[in-house]
Amino acid sequence: MEHLIETTLTLNGAQVTRRIPARQHLVDFLREEMGLTGAHLGCEHGVCGACTLRLDGKIVRGCLTLAVQANGRRVDTIEGLSDSGELALLQKAFHERNALQCGFCTPGMLLAAQDLMHSKRHPSREEIREHLSGNLCRCTGYQAIVDAVQTALVARQGASR
Amino acid sequence: MNARAELPLHAPGTRTDLGYIGKSTPRANAKRLLQGRGTYVDDLRFPRLAHVVFFRSPHAHARLKKLDLSKAAKQPGVLGVFDGRAVAEYCTPWVAVLGHLKGIKSPPQHAIAIERACWQGEAVAAVVAETRAQAEDALAYVEAEWEELPVVTDMEAALAGKTVIHPELGDNICFKREFVTEGFDQAWQKADLVVEETYDFGRHTGVCLEGRSILADYNAAEHSLTVYHSTQAPHMMQDIFARHLDIPESNVRVIAKDVGGSFGIKVHVYPDEMATAALSVMLRRPVKFVADRMESFLTDIHAREHRVRVRLACTKAGEIIGFDLDDLTAIGPYSVYPRTSGIEGNQVVNLTGGPYKHKHYRARLNVVFTNKNVTSQYRAVGHPIAVALTEAIVDLAANKLGIDPAEFRRRNLIPDDAYPYTFPSGLKFEQLSHHQSLERLLALMDYPKLRAEQAALRRQGVYRGIGLAAMIEVTNPSPAFYGVGGARISAQDGATLRLDPSGMVNVLCSVTEQGQGSEGIFAQIAASVLGVTIDKVKVITGDTGVTPYGGGTWASRGAGIGGEAVLQAGKALRSNILDIAAAILNEDKAKLDIVNNEVVDRLSGAAKLALAEVGRVAYFRPDTLPMKFQSELTVTRHYTPREYGFTFTNGIQASLVEIDVETGFVKLLKHWCVEDCGTIINPMLVDEQIRGGIVQGIGAALYEECLYDDNGQLLNGNLADYLVPMAGEMPDIVVGHIETPTRGSELGAKGAGEAGTAGAPGAVMNAVNDALAPLGTRLTAQPFTPDRVLRALGKV
Repeated sequence: MEHLIETTLTLNGAQVTRRIPARQHLVDFLREEMGLTGAHLGCEHGVCGACTLRLDGKIVRGCLTLAVQANGRRVDTIEGLSDSGELALLQKAFHERNALQCGFCTPGMLLAAQDLMHSKRHPSREEIREHLSGNLCRCTGYQAIVDAVQTALVARQGASR
Repeated sequence: MNARAELPLHAPGTRTDLGYIGKSTPRANAKRLLQGRGTYVDDLRFPRLAHVVFFRSPHAHARLKKLDLSKAAKQPGVLGVFDGRAVAEYCTPWVAVLGHLKGIKSPPQHAIAIERACWQGEAVAAVVAETRAQAEDALAYVEAEWEELPVVTDMEAALAGKTVIHPELGDNICFKREFVTEGFDQAWQKADLVVEETYDFGRHTGVCLEGRSILADYNAAEHSLTVYHSTQAPHMMQDIFARHLDIPESNVRVIAKDVGGSFGIKVHVYPDEMATAALSVMLRRPVKFVADRMESFLTDIHAREHRVRVRLACTKAGEIIGFDLDDLTAIGPYSVYPRTSGIEGNQVVNLTGGPYKHKHYRARLNVVFTNKNVTSQYRAVGHPIAVALTEAIVDLAANKLGIDPAEFRRRNLIPDDAYPYTFPSGLKFEQLSHHQSLERLLALMDYPKLRAEQAALRRQGVYRGIGLAAMIEVTNPSPAFYGVGGARISAQDGATLRLDPSGMVNVLCSVTEQGQGSEGIFAQIAASVLGVTIDKVKVITGDTGVTPYGGGTWASRGAGIGGEAVLQAGKALRSNILDIAAAILNEDKAKLDIVNNEVVDRLSGAAKLALAEVGRVAYFRPDTLPMKFQSELTVTRHYTPREYGFTFTNGIQASLVEIDVETGFVKLLKHWCVEDCGTIINPMLVDEQIRGGIVQGIGAALYEECLYDDNGQLLNGNLADYLVPMAGEMPDIVVGHIETPTRGSELGAKGAGEAGTAGAPGAVMNAVNDALAPLGTRLTAQPFTPDRVLRALGKV
């Protein structure tokens, strides 16, 4: 029998306790056990960024983080951050600029972009590109994504004025 | 005053309100994806769902001496283990040939290989378990003994045929073609200059972010199979599952919900996917397979791998006389079903020299088997090869003659008033706009200024290069592409439009959505034709159980073919709505129109009747309509391009690169594209799709290659070693358009999805060689890695 470890985490604001196999990755736990399928598996070796999640406020690769590492910590996913409205500015900008095609990279891309919104006040296009360089988008060519992030940054400044 | 536009949209002299057509309307279906609420195959949850993983050959060519599955069968959670023979009882093999590719041959291929594996990664056994983790654990208990067989990895060796991979075929040649125009030799003798070069194109692959995924759910009680499939062509797959699993076609339903990228990768029949469907039948329960990244690299179709010798003959004045082509391409051990692996090479033969007005052409093609993964149609099929080699040899000729590359193209591009035009390879062009596109591109670039800047920087030791690549592109294919060759692939697509009682419009279309925005543009077209606001339109695609029959998404056909079907269905539904309104209002139908969700007076624009009222009466109070009157608020129309084999588009791209001669790195500074896809339905979607295509083409030119060693082992089957373009390396890309609508349809739309990928590698190649020109060297092998640059410069 597989070794199970009792793990308690705060998932999208709610406390969750589960017995989790030691080897299970955080993104697999969320997808398979919690039904949160918004984070995707693209490469399972930490390159593509499709599984990007937030752990204690910092973005991590869900495929390189073990689920038991989330014990006692806060995990936020695309579902939670959509419902809370935190991503609304970025989501609106992405929609209006068509900064996505197939949408598979999009949840991870949004979390990476939101991380930039937190960390940088006035990033240049190059800085936006650099920050998103851990997230593979095979469809768009990236330009619309960079445009949308810029638009969201401008909108945020307008909102906070 | 408010009278709506009459179609066709391109009627000469009309200036009309086209509704949503031509507007950058955001697409409604993106919203769920933005909240992580898409439904990709791996997101589905089913009771009794079983998971299959495959035991794959570690060797490129080997005979299975012994396969012992008994230990694997006893592992926790395992529901069954199966070899090729067991699965073959339920799934018949296939042979991927087409009648119009004369002489093409390929051996039968099974869902799971029996006795022999012909490439590293070919599945030889399946393990099904209650969870994927259990199935993967059990894989370690599969015991196989192999006898390694001679491996053919080199194309030239394959052609020479000392070792034949499939002895029953006699040689390693899958397909060959020779072509020559009349009087070729005489014309060639008149040349003042003949330039020749050989180009190598590496293998690369699509790298869909969502791996291939399939969930097959067999219902024994009904002898029915429902397949949730990440595919571009649901009806094609329905036909294939039905025939190879011996289930009546109408009992097979293929559903493609959200698809996480496809690019041609997901339009083929994959053995492991067929095995998954067969296993669902065998186990009488739902079975899911999702390819992981390593499996994707080993088994998703690869593409390209060509070595092409090309010669160009021209006069002193810089007039191209002709092209002479010899293409050798390797496709792995099997031609891929059902489209074959002969098409890419065939396209290179068809398209080489495409934009130019020369009259003479000779081509030879050899498509050979090797012991590497299979290759087949990936985005832009053959175009990136044909465009790059044509444009490279054109630049070489211009360079030898001392003519500026832009000027050389100006002299040789087919004139914009020469249409309809028949190209030496036999292709027919309805109407192209090479010269308008060239001039537009040069203006966007500020070409003279860039050249001056380049010259100034060269004096400072900065090596910048400017590369141009003109192109033609196959879009909206007629049955000439596959159907005539015997493939059961629909060139026709259909749309059903229904007015619901509330005045909403429901659109069902056989063209599928892969993220390119098909559903969005169908909503735009339907809303525009019907006179409703776009929020009233709902679009459903990707379900053989509900949409009309059709081909799906491939060959840049979605907008041009599916869009026209929506348009025609919309016109018919509009007419039917007005019939009902005329009956309700007791007025002449000709005096009525639909604007902004209401039936209005055509002349005054005065509102007469809301569409919701038309719906209410038609469905709930038909007793109030005249006795013999029957409402028809559901309409289906189809469209097939017939007049031309393909609706050709054209375009031209330019690239600006800077080469660091110390490190060999090629930095892409800027890229431009001017493209003519006819009527543009949504500029925002078209531009971003073109940019995405360009970035894939840039990947091919600079980074991406599936590297095999001499034993046929893939050396870089992961995303850490196989490099794809990320945001940081990519520049902003300028996209411009010329609009020459096709007259083959009322919509006038041509395809746009592959243009970027078709032209970008050629533009980058010419830019790289332009940058290297003062250093006296050229690169002819893609991708242009730092290693190759440094070797060319003699630094390593």
